Amino acid sequence: MVEYILKNGIVFDPTNNIKGEKKDVAFSNGKIVEDVSSDAKVIDVTDKLVMAAGVDPHSHIAGPKLVVGRLYRPEDSRKGIVPAKGVTRSETGFSVPSCPATGYRYSRMGYGTVVEAAMPPLEAKHTHEEIMTIPNIDVPALPLFGNNWFVLEYARDGKVDELAAFVAKWLKLVKGYGIKIVNPCGGEAWGWGMNVHGVDDPAPYWDVTAREVVRTLAKVNEKLGLPHSIHLHPNDLGHPGNDLTTLESMKMVSDIKKSSGVRNQNLHMTHIQYHSYSGTNWRDFKSGAEGVAKYINSNDHVTCDVGQITLDETTTMTADGPMEFDLHQLNGLKWANKDIELETASGIVPFIYSGRNSVHSVQWAIGLELFLGIKNPWQVMLTTDSPNAGPFIRYPRVISWLMSNKRRMEMIENREVHKAVEKKSSLATLDREYGFDEIATISRAGPAKAYGFTDRGHLGVGANADIAVYDLEPNNIDPSVEHEQIEKAFGNALYTIKNGQTLVKDGEVVAIKQSQNIWTNVQGLEAEEAAVMKEVMPVFNKYYTIKFENYKVHDHFVSNPIEVKVQAGKASK
Amino acid sequence: MAYEEPITDYDYIVENCTCAFCGCNCDDLVYLVKGGNVKGELEDNVVVSGYVDGGHVVGVRHACRLGASKVMEDMDQRLLVPMIRDAEGNLVETDWDTALDKAAELIAGSVRPVFYGWSETSIETMKFGLELGELVGAVLDNQATICHGPSLQAVQNAGYPVMTLGECKNRADMIVYTGNNAMNSHPRHLARYSTFPRGFFRKRGRFDRTVVTMDPRYTDTAKMSDIWVGFEQNGDYEFYNAMRAVLRGKKLQKDVISGIPKEDIEELVESMKQAQFGALFFGLGLTHTLSKQRNIDIAINLIQDLNKFSKWNLIPMRGHFNVNGFNIFMAYEQGFPYGVDFARGYPRYMNGETNTIDLLTREEPDVFMVIAADPGAHFPSGANRHLANIPVIQIDIHWGPSTELADIVLPGSFIAVEAGGTSYRMDGVPIYMKKAISKPETCRDDEWIVNELLKRVQKIKGIAPREASK
Repeated sequence: MVEYILKNGIVFDPTNNIKGEKKDVAFSNGKIVEDVSSDAKVIDVTDKLVMAAGVDPHSHIAGPKLVVGRLYRPEDSRKGIVPAKGVTRSETGFSVPSCPATGYRYSRMGYGTVVEAAMPPLEAKHTHEEIMTIPNIDVPALPLFGNNWFVLEYARDGKVDELAAFVAKWLKLVKGYGIKIVNPCGGEAWGWGMNVHGVDDPAPYWDVTAREVVRTLAKVNEKLGLPHSIHLHPNDLGHPGNDLTTLESMKMVSDIKKSSGVRNQNLHMTHIQYHSYSGTNWRDFKSGAEGVAKYINSNDHVTCDVGQITLDETTTMTADGPMEFDLHQLNGLKWANKDIELETASGIVPFIYSGRNSVHSVQWAIGLELFLGIKNPWQVMLTTDSPNAGPFIRYPRVISWLMSNKRRMEMIENREVHKAVEKKSSLATLDREYGFDEIATISRAGPAKAYGFTDRGHLGVGANADIAVYDLEPNNIDPSVEHEQIEKAFGNALYTIKNGQTLVKDGEVVAIKQSQNIWTNVQGLEAEEAAVMKEVMPVFNKYYTIKFENYKVHDHFVSNPIEVKVQAGKASK
Repeated sequence: MAYEEPITDYDYIVENCTCAFCGCNCDDLVYLVKGGNVKGELEDNVVVSGYVDGGHVVGVRHACRLGASKVMEDMDQRLLVPMIRDAEGNLVETDWDTALDKAAELIAGSVRPVFYGWSETSIETMKFGLELGELVGAVLDNQATICHGPSLQAVQNAGYPVMTLGECKNRADMIVYTGNNAMNSHPRHLARYSTFPRGFFRKRGRFDRTVVTMDPRYTDTAKMSDIWVGFEQNGDYEFYNAMRAVLRGKKLQKDVISGIPKEDIEELVESMKQAQFGALFFGLGLTHTLSKQRNIDIAINLIQDLNKFSKWNLIPMRGHFNVNGFNIFMAYEQGFPYGVDFARGYPRYMNGETNTIDLLTREEPDVFMVIAADPGAHFPSGANRHLANIPVIQIDIHWGPSTELADIVLPGSFIAVEAGGTSYRMDGVPIYMKKAISKPETCRDDEWIVNELLKRVQKIKGIAPREASK
C-alpha cells in the first residue's frame, strides 16, 4: 500500500468549509486519509490550487445519440484529431468526441465523474458499451422516463406505488442512476409529429399532462428515496416565453417532500438557460433570467445547471425530438431524428452559435445572468449541456467569464457579442465575480451533493482520492485581470488524481483507468416489482420488438460497476 | 416450397435466441437441440441459462427460411481446422499455434495491412481487431464499403431521420419499401416489424396500413403491397425530385416522370402527406443505381419535408446482422464509421481513398485479413486480382470463394449459436446474442482468435498490452 501526500496546496473544499487554506491532503489506497506515515510519497504542490476532482451533473457523452452525431458529422470528428501518444489512443471530434477522447479531455480538466444525462432504456446496452470505452471517469447514466408509455399510463391513473415499483425495476434492468424527464408528453406527441406546450397540454391519446407526469415521478423519486432528485428538462425548450413554463414547472413540485439526507432539492432543472426566455417571438425575445433566478433564490427545493452557450460550432442533441425538428427548420442544417419505441424521441442538428447573431448572444448572456443572479452557488451548476450549448472542453472558458467582470464587459464593448446583449439582458449591470470557492462549489461540491454522492466532490477523510490540482496560485493571481491564465490552467490540470491514481500530470494524460458505471439498486420492493411486472409483461411482449430476456443490460456490459444500494422509502444519509 | 414435417426429434429447447442473418436480428428464435449435455440450468426441456455442450441445432422455430437454413447449416462446408497454403498452392491443415504465429508474423511485418469484414461477428471481436489495427496502422473497413456506404455518405450530407422498428410497428399507417425486396432479402421484416404485426395504434395490423413499393421491378414485396410504383430503372432521383416538388406545391412540367404519370405522383404525395405516421425503408436498389448517394440524399430530404405535414422516418435496410454494429462501434471508438485508416497513427476517413476497394485496385495493401466476409464472392475482379497476389488471412466459419484466395485459414465459431456477442440491429437497437450450443472442438471463437493475433503481434513488436483493454 503506497501512501501519498499532496503538500502545501491551497485547498478549496466547500463541503468541508475549507476556503483557500494552505494544507496537505493525504491519501492512501484510493481514499483520503487523516494522516500518513513519513514514508508517504510527497507530491509538492506548494501554493497551487487544490480541489476535489470535478463532477459534471449533465453531459451527453455516451449512447445512441452521440454515435449518430459521430456517424453523420465526420467534419466534426476531423476537427479534434490528436495522434496516439504514450498511453493514449488517438482522439477525434470537437463537439462529439470519440469515447477515448471524451475520457482524456475530462481528465485533463481535472474531472473525475460525469453524468450521462439521457439513456434510452431500450438502447441502454449501447450507452454502457460506450461508458466502458470511455476511460478515466466514472459515469452514472440517467434513463429517460418522461415519455415512457408505462409511466404515462401510471401517471394518468395516479398510481404512484405501481410506478415506484416500475421505476425501481427499470433502474435495475438498465443499470440507471436516477430519473430523467425530457419534455414530458412532448416526446410522445412527437410520435405523431406534434409537441405539447406548457405543463397542462395533454399528450395525444394518453390524455395525461406534463404536470401529472412530473409530479408523479417526483413523488416516486422521493418514495424510493433515490440519491438524486428528478432531473427535469421541462417543456418548451428554446421557445420565447418559456420562462413562464419553467416557473410553473418548478412551482408544481414545491410541495413534494424530499426524502434524502444528502441533497436539498426535490427537483433538478437542467440547462435552465434554454428555459429562461421571455417574449412572444424571436423579434421581441429577451432574457427571462431574472424571474427564474428570483424563484430559485427564494426556493431551496430546486437546483439547476445552466447549459452556458460558448459561441462555438457544435452539435445539438436531445431527447426533445420536436425541438430539434424546429431547430432544423430554423437553421436548415442536416437533421437527424431517432424515435425509440414506447420510450422516447430524440433529435440531432448541428448548430453554429455566433457572437454576431443577436439571439445567440442574448442566449449567451442569459446563461451568465443565471450564474450571477442565483445567489447560492449550491443551487447552480456548471454545464454547457455538452454538446448542446458548447462542448465540455469550454468549461475553463466559462469559469474565466464567471471570475472576470472585466472580460465580460470587454466582450460586450468590443462587440465580441452582439449589441442586443445590452438591450435584451441585464448582464452588463451584473458585476459579481466568482471566487475559487464558488467555482469549486458549482463544478464539484454542488453537483456531488445534488446527486447524493458522499464519496466524491469533496476532500474529507474517507472520500475517494479524486483530486485536481491546477497550475494557479490563488493567492498570487487576480482572475479578473488574468482570465486567460485561468482558462488555460483549468483546461490543463497539473495533476488529476482518480481513486488515488495519478492520471494527468502537467496537462498530459499519463495513465489510463477503466471507467466505472454508477447505478442505483433499490431494495425492499421485490414483491411490488414482481406484481407490476405481471401487468407490464403482456404489454411488453406485444408492443416491443425485442424479447424481455434480450432487453435488460447484462452484467457483461457493466464491468466493475459501483452499485448504490437504496432502501425504498428510507432516507439515505 | 414442399411441405416439411414438424421436427419432433430433439432433446432441448433454447428460447430467445437471435438470428445471425440479416439486419432484422429477430431475437425470438427457438432452437431445437439434439444431443449433448446442458451446461447451465434446465427447466423441463428448456435451457434457461447456459448452453448445450455437444448438441446440434436440428430445428429453428420462428425464423425465416434464410435464417433457419443458416442456423442449421450443413456441416459439409464448415471450416474446422486451421490451414496454411503450401508452396504448391494447396491449403494444408495445421495446428492453431503455427497458423496464428504465421498470421501474426504477416500482420506485424506488413506496411499497409487491411482488416476487412467484421459485419458477421460480434462487437467484442471488433474491439480486439481495432486494438490490433491501431497497433500496426491498418485500415479497418466493413461491408458498408460495398453496400450501404453511399447511404452513410448521404446521411453525412443530408441527415438521418430514423426510428426503432417498434415505432413503425406501433404507429405506422403508411409503409414504403423502395429499392429493396424485403420479402426475399429480409423475409420477416414485414411480418415482425412493419406491415403485419398488430401495433398499439394499429390494432388490426395489415388492414390498418397502406403498403407502397417503389421499385422498377415487380418484386414479391410489390406483389403484396397496396400500391406499386414501377418507375424506370435509374429514374430514382428524378422520381423523388418530382415528389419533393409536388410536396412543396410546385406544378410538374412533364406529364410523365421516370415512367410515372404526374397525376399518380400527385396522388401518391397527397396520401403520404395524409398519413399519420409513415415509414420508408430503402435498400441497395436505391443506394446503388445511377445517382448513388444522391438518391439517398433526396429520399432523406423528402422525409424531412414530409415532417412539416405529418410524421415520417426512414431506415436503411442493412444486410448483415452486425453491419450497422461495425459502423456504430467504429464511430464511438474512433469517430468514423468505416474505411478508417490508421497508417499515420491517427484515424483518417476519406471515401475513395481509404476504402478497401480503392486500396485494392490501387494495389496498396500488402496483407489482407478478412473476417466474417466473403470478398472472393463480392469484390470486383480488379480488387480480387490484387488479393490473389498478396497474403490473405481468413477468419470464417464456412468455406467460400475467399477461402480459395486465402493463405491462412482460421476457423471461427458461429456468433449467436456457438458463441455469444453483441450486435446492432438495422435500427441501432443493441442485442446480446447468446450462445446456445458449443462450437466444434477444433474451432475457436472469433474473439479468441483476434485477441490471440493481437497478443502475438504485441509480442513480436515488444509492446505491453494496453492497460484499459481487457
